[in-house]
Amino acid sequence: MTKQVNVTINGKPIAVPENYTVVEAAKLAGIDIPVFCHHPKLEPVGMCRMCLVEVGQPMVDPKTKEVVMENGAPKIAMRPKLETACTNRVFEGMVVQTQTEKATVGQKSTVEFLLTSHPLDCPVCDKGGECPLQNLTMAHGPGKSRFIYDEKLKMDKQVPLGELIYLDRERCIQCARCIRFQDEVAGEPVLAFDERGRTTQIVSLSDPGFDSIFSGNTTDICPVGALTTADFRFGARPWELSAESSICTQCPVGCNTTLNTRREAKAGGEIVVKRVMPRQNEEVNEIWLCDKGRFAYHYAESKERLTKPMIRKDGKLSRASWDAATKLAAEKFTKNKKDFVVLASGRLSNEDLFNLKSLADTAGGKAILYSDMGGGDVTKLVGVGAGTNLSKMGAGDAIVVVASDLYEEAPIWWLRVKQAAQRGATLIVANARETKLDKFAKHVIRYTHGNEVKTINDLGKKGKVADEFAKAKNAIIFYGSDGLGVNGTSALASACGSLLKETGHVGRANNGLIGVWQRANDQGAFEMGFEPVDDLAKALKGKVVYIAGADPVGDNPNFAKVLKDSKFVAVQDLLETATTEIADAVFPAQAFTEREGTFTSGERRVQRFYAAVPVKGESKPDFAITSMIAKQMGVILEGSSVRVVFDLLSNSVDAFSDLNYDKLAETKEQFPIVGRSDMYYGGTTYENTKGLGVQLLPMAQVGGTVRIPKVRKEAAIHPKEKEILAVPVNKLYDYGITVSSAELLEQRIGETKISMNSSTAKKLGMDAGKTAKISFNGVSGEALIKIDDSISAGVVLVPRSMGLAIHEPVVGKVK
Amino acid sequence: MSHILLRHRDIPDLHKFNVYKKNGGFSALKKAVTKMQPSQVTDEVKNSGLRGRGGAGFPTGMKWSFIDKNKWPHYVVANADESEPGTFKDRELMEMNPFQFLEGLAIASYAVGANVAYVYLRGEFWDIAEAMDKQIAEMEEAGFLGDKLFGTDYSLRIYTHLGAGAYICGEETALLESLEGKRGQPRTRPPFPAVAGLFGKPTVINNVETFANVPMILANGADWYKSIGTADAAGVKIYSLSGRVRKPGNYELPFGSTFRQLIYEHGMGVQDGRPVKALMPAGASSSLIPVNDKVLDTPLDYASVRGMGADLGSASVIVLDDTVDLNWVISKTVKFFKHESCGKCTPCREGTYWMNNIVKRMGHSNGSYKEDTDLLLNVAKQMQGKCLCALGDFSTMAVVTSIERFPKDFNRA
Repeated sequence: MTKQVNVTINGKPIAVPENYTVVEAAKLAGIDIPVFCHHPKLEPVGMCRMCLVEVGQPMVDPKTKEVVMENGAPKIAMRPKLETACTNRVFEGMVVQTQTEKATVGQKSTVEFLLTSHPLDCPVCDKGGECPLQNLTMAHGPGKSRFIYDEKLKMDKQVPLGELIYLDRERCIQCARCIRFQDEVAGEPVLAFDERGRTTQIVSLSDPGFDSIFSGNTTDICPVGALTTADFRFGARPWELSAESSICTQCPVGCNTTLNTRREAKAGGEIVVKRVMPRQNEEVNEIWLCDKGRFAYHYAESKERLTKPMIRKDGKLSRASWDAATKLAAEKFTKNKKDFVVLASGRLSNEDLFNLKSLADTAGGKAILYSDMGGGDVTKLVGVGAGTNLSKMGAGDAIVVVASDLYEEAPIWWLRVKQAAQRGATLIVANARETKLDKFAKHVIRYTHGNEVKTINDLGKKGKVADEFAKAKNAIIFYGSDGLGVNGTSALASACGSLLKETGHVGRANNGLIGVWQRANDQGAFEMGFEPVDDLAKALKGKVVYIAGADPVGDNPNFAKVLKDSKFVAVQDLLETATTEIADAVFPAQAFTEREGTFTSGERRVQRFYAAVPVKGESKPDFAITSMIAKQMGVILEGSSVRVVFDLLSNSVDAFSDLNYDKLAETKEQFPIVGRSDMYYGGTTYENTKGLGVQLLPMAQVGGTVRIPKVRKEAAIHPKEKEILAVPVNKLYDYGITVSSAELLEQRIGETKISMNSSTAKKLGMDAGKTAKISFNGVSGEALIKIDDSISAGVVLVPRSMGLAIHEPVVGKVK
Repeated sequence: MSHILLRHRDIPDLHKFNVYKKNGGFSALKKAVTKMQPSQVTDEVKNSGLRGRGGAGFPTGMKWSFIDKNKWPHYVVANADESEPGTFKDRELMEMNPFQFLEGLAIASYAVGANVAYVYLRGEFWDIAEAMDKQIAEMEEAGFLGDKLFGTDYSLRIYTHLGAGAYICGEETALLESLEGKRGQPRTRPPFPAVAGLFGKPTVINNVETFANVPMILANGADWYKSIGTADAAGVKIYSLSGRVRKPGNYELPFGSTFRQLIYEHGMGVQDGRPVKALMPAGASSSLIPVNDKVLDTPLDYASVRGMGADLGSASVIVLDDTVDLNWVISKTVKFFKHESCGKCTPCREGTYWMNNIVKRMGHSNGSYKEDTDLLLNVAKQMQGKCLCALGDFSTMAVVTSIERFPKDFNRA
């Protein structure tokens, strides 16, 4: 533990860690020192001069070097000038006065100075109502301006820094929080100051503008209305918004969010989500959110939402009652018990998946996870231990990222892993190509496709990097599906699990394996007993299929034929998809914004989300739909209370055995202290009042037997002359239904690009930027050529969910 | 008396390598590197009583001894950003007696164990930089710079670096930022450059004139240097004299010379024989001193000038006679500081802009500006003691002292 020192703030004695600044120490003592440029997650700069306080120290006799005493207490020498509380660190015996006349005059002066150039357009400002400058003006500023309004400097008020973030140059108070966030936290230094003096202004240095996937966070920490999102600006006043806690569904990180909602004329008088804000969870997302999580929420309000059950009659889907539709499905499922298959994805909650698995089990069917990635059986055994917090990792620890492009797949993990590396953790990035994490890595291991398992096995042998990993105090491995399918990832998970087990990096906090899954709740699906299959077409052929939260036909047109040839297809989903189009029965499901439930993150943290908006049409939560079908089959599954489903789940799934909804809703005090009342300190991030979630104990931590499944050997793929090896990679912004309905992100999604190195391109007669035709496995399509010389010869990277159905490495041709 | 710093006025062509060498040049460097321990060099400078000539007057030897010896490498940086309006001494030194400065810089580098030193020149000094690069090359060729000086293990490289035209880059931490290739804005202190300076490493920064003193101190001894000047300030100082004097220019005088000597003996008195009304002893950053006989007979050293409610600073003495309207003077200084404020901290960025608006109004008001004068004084005082670096306070000095000490100029008496 850090050494504590004793300080006195406004007469109140308090012991605080010695590396604390005066602002932080005061915060702990419950005393608010006003700040603008200071942010607890950024290095102090002392620019805005808002936090001026009086500082004193015990007088020391220069001869005896002893503290001079007066009336039994050390005599205090107050410094002649006011000091900035954000840059002064505490020391033993320090005395701070924040409310003396001298200090308050200093604070008032700063507010007056800031307001001389501020446009005071609060009535039309997005920040109005949650604005630190407004709040601190009320608390510390002068009541009247001595600055002549007409002499205010006029500057541009609608400057798009990029297509997502707008800058109002008049409102900006030059605190540099945004610039510093991009430099220090995001690691994407794309903002800077231009000019000087009063005309100092924020500019974007990148092309395209504000080229960062964390840009939205700058609007949270901007202490004025200078930075606003294109999504929310002029959309609503903060005080009109309701807030409900939720969990981001875009990736396996499980960022805690708050959904701000409002009744909207534009939406026909419906209550809609106006914006997604980060909600503090220092062990998950701290106070950040990536731009995908912040802006890609519109799909739940899409016009393509299913609102009524339908069944196929005379070849056409037509409206049916819930009773008729579920009865039809139940009949088909019962009649074809042997051929019954449930195909569900990690878009569903734990409760939904539990009911689906229960139905599959009682009806004698098979439960398949819709995913290209396996290894959940391994993460159940040696997943990261409870108490894991990437923020606590640093010097002496090791993190391996293998076959994963964290930047594209799980941005907040990328950010926190990068920061752990910057704190001194040994970061080992192993991939077949260059990724953005490479430049923060101590060791970069470049393997050729097919050698993922060997690379991890080599880390278990002797060698410099291997020794460093073995000797690390704590070690975590992230593995993903970059260049791999179900078989490859399953084998890789086993190899990683064995390495962790052999080096003793299991069963403890900050040790273990993390799967960088393709969907938010894939880990939860594994916990419920779902497993992906290697050959999905084969598994579905001729079966009775119950699909939930998945669109196999949309992802891969080949499945249209497979499903048309099956005996019966029931689909429950949010939106009309290519799969619902060919279904025999369709059930409208509720979005995560409309109901309660829980997700299990990649770090195996079970977290609750809450209903924020009213349900759409006749839609029902997935677990309830399953329960209705089950009832028609004579199987009783809980269908009304999601809390009861969870209780049943915790009774039957060992890892969840001690959990219930109340436990998941527990919170504790977090640092930095954020909250709606003092947004000037941490920004507009929401305080967590509805649950930090609970991390599941992996088998290795419970003390049970850990038997890592053997690595299945796979035959290597050898493309012939004139053929290429097409390998799948993941992209942050893709054509997936959860992203593509956000119009704002269109530019970021871009066109489909396949990448290869220049020698491959030359051999194929291809040029960068030109369109090529690629074909493999009965799939073919066009894409732009991108050159990346970190890729091995003869390999072509194909992004998933960008119109070319690729699930695993496969031989193909490019013309 | 012959010059100690402006020696080129006594010796023709001193800017030429051979001339400088022939006149005892580089012997001090050789002596330091071959015969003295680094700490002995520092002690000698400490004992000489040399104080920094950049403005603050901090004891030079003491500054060198503060450098953090647990952190390496060390750097030495020469502040050649000379940009205070009214200051033009470093320019003459670097143009006319450059080797004495470079020799001093090399000795300082040896004293603090730096193997690399930088000369940070204001952007307008591009011709000096060009010449200095050649002078550095000449020194390298002769073995006075480069690897293994005089056969010892000590190596030193000196590089010049041009600024991009900002007054603030004369502030030492802003200078370091600029030298690192960043935006020229001051850093918060602590940490001080002696602990975390250039590239985060312990760094000594001194003014050009300070370095130019060092070879002479080593050549002639600390006691010799201390015998010149006053107890408060040892040695000589180059005073840049400008304003309403007959003969403006640089004058090298021992500390303790009076304003009267500087203005009347060297500057040949005031134009048209008018009386001196006010003095700005430190350029545009100065407090204004109302002048009387007692003031004229005050010695020009740090303590005495402070006794008159001003600072000696870089000793750029601007003489204002009774024809000068101080209202006009502060409109110039305020405009200057508004233009040069870097924008990093609120009081300076907003305060200089606000003050400039007020003085502009006052200039257009035909004398009816009582309320504006009150406001100006209030805004200036509101800035004082609250800014991140000294520039903010500097911008208020002329304003506050003009209004308070010369009320008549503002219709206040």
